[in-house]
Amino acid sequence: MAEQTQHIVGEHPDLQPPASTVGAYGWIRENLISTPINTFFTILAIYLIYLLVPPVLDWLIFSAAWVGTDNTVCKNETGGPIAAACWPFVVAWFKPFMFGFYPDSELWRIKLTYWIFGLGVLALVIPAVPFKKWVAVFLLIPYPVICYYMYAGGSFGLVAVETPLWGGLFLTLVIAITGIVASLPIGILLALGRRSNMPVVKAVCIAFIELWRGVPLISVLFMSSVMFPLFMPEGVNFDKLIRALVGVTLFSSAYMAEVVRGGLQAIPKGQYEGAQALGLNFGKMMFFIVMPQALKLVIPGIVNTFIGLFKDTTLVGVIGLFDFLGMVQAGSSNKDWLGYLTTGFAFAALVYWVFCFGMSQYSQHLERKLHTGH
Amino acid sequence: MSDSNVSADDLHAPTKEMTVGDDLVIEINGMHKWYGSFHVLKDINLKVNLGERIVVCGPSGSGKSTMIRCINRLEEHQQGQIVVGGIELSNDLKKIDEIRREVGMCFQHFNLFPHLSIMENLVLAPMWVRNIPRAQAEETAMKYLERVKIPEQAAKFPGQLSGGQQQRVAIARSLCMSPKIMLFDEPTSALDPEMIKEVLDVMIELAEEGMTMICVTHEMGFAKTVANRVIFMDGGEIIEENEPNSFFDNPQHERTQLFLSQILAH
Repeated sequence: MAEQTQHIVGEHPDLQPPASTVGAYGWIRENLISTPINTFFTILAIYLIYLLVPPVLDWLIFSAAWVGTDNTVCKNETGGPIAAACWPFVVAWFKPFMFGFYPDSELWRIKLTYWIFGLGVLALVIPAVPFKKWVAVFLLIPYPVICYYMYAGGSFGLVAVETPLWGGLFLTLVIAITGIVASLPIGILLALGRRSNMPVVKAVCIAFIELWRGVPLISVLFMSSVMFPLFMPEGVNFDKLIRALVGVTLFSSAYMAEVVRGGLQAIPKGQYEGAQALGLNFGKMMFFIVMPQALKLVIPGIVNTFIGLFKDTTLVGVIGLFDFLGMVQAGSSNKDWLGYLTTGFAFAALVYWVFCFGMSQYSQHLERKLHTGH
Repeated sequence: MSDSNVSADDLHAPTKEMTVGDDLVIEINGMHKWYGSFHVLKDINLKVNLGERIVVCGPSGSGKSTMIRCINRLEEHQQGQIVVGGIELSNDLKKIDEIRREVGMCFQHFNLFPHLSIMENLVLAPMWVRNIPRAQAEETAMKYLERVKIPEQAAKFPGQLSGGQQQRVAIARSLCMSPKIMLFDEPTSALDPEMIKEVLDVMIELAEEGMTMICVTHEMGFAKTVANRVIFMDGGEIIEENEPNSFFDNPQHERTQLFLSQILAH
């Protein structure tokens, strides 16, 4: 290829790499057509994309009905539903999808808490904002209490809104976020308990974890709504939503406990000894040394559990709560919008995906940020 | 193990005379320890005075690490008595923490906290065990980092430092708690040969300042330079105990002779 030039030994200059290994051509050569098998799979993949993507895009976008306030635009010549997405359905039902049957006049309460949450998160994300620690403490402790009083009402001059009226994405978020925030600390305690030297504590934690992991969430929810009231004395009646919240939280803390335990097992004994030799007691050793490292190691597992929990909230439908997916189904059984369930599901899938993908991205960001080089 | 030995001539020569006080700081009486049914430490008796520098050597598995780890209760002994700074070790967690505050320890694998910066590694225990305010703890930390000659690394993380630097940070981390006694558990065994000297030099300087030290090490050059007593252990027992010159030149027990011939012959 290039002519060989002589260089003085010890003074060889840095040369450009061969042209075939860099740039777009180099990338294609390396990644798409490096071997016959690789080339075959590249062609196969292109063919599959050709088969799948155009019809999906056509259904979702190009043939879909976009504009309109009622179902007329979504009907074909014979009066049946069109063979594509009917977005006016989502527009018409948007408010119930988001908030369920929460009274219109009281929606500002939910929106206000959303805004506070949004601003809080912004303050945490933008590096220049001061008092990050206090913002985080606010979001974790007073904020949920404020939310409870705002949503339920009945005090501070707010009209009471019964939980059967709660619904849609709002209800999904209430269940998911409560479950996420509560299951992590409970899971950590269970994991520590399971590794404890005290036999009773250990046995109780193992029994708890294995019990909850051994039953399906759907049966937990059924039990909480059907059987639990039977054990309660006459007149004592817990709210159905609260029972579902407790069920979901305990269920996911059992999973969380095992994820955290995995992290704890990966921490070398030397870290414990290093901390003990400095005089740190058990609590401080766990808080400053062991837990930060263990939790960092299992961020993917923790977020995996969170994502699972977020999607599992759809199961509360079986006990008659109208979460986001439940509202979508309710909307498509409305007599005006029969036949547009697929559109509703496509919308639901998109919304769930955005939330789950967001969590996944955040976890990867966190992993990069906490990486300290080894 | 002997090929990494740094000879006494290469090490920093002590400039001050190292004296030993009369105050008893560690007293071990008839101590036994078992791992399950394995009798790992047998009738250990040891008295350490303030300012003493003791080197513990012996073949691997002889129980020397286990012995010094009993002193700050990283290992539990089952029989006998250990008194550190006037406090007898028992199952009382408060007393254990009290002793650990006064006894610093450096490990073979450093055991720095990888998720914390060097500075955070150093100020953590002073702040949360001794309740020293951050500014003051950082000032002390900086002083000790300068003493181990790596103040410029304060903002880095342990993973970014060489083994020798990490061990020096570990020494500084212990010193930040102003311990009365320092335990060293094979501090140079995991280091590349060229880094051993920098760690030993720091330890020698520490000895010069009068620190009471018990070192488990194979560095015989170090033992000759700073130790005022060398203890040889084998099979869980203290076989021989002598001041370094007599120990190296005129070992009494045949197991000591065999060990020394193996470790010094190269």
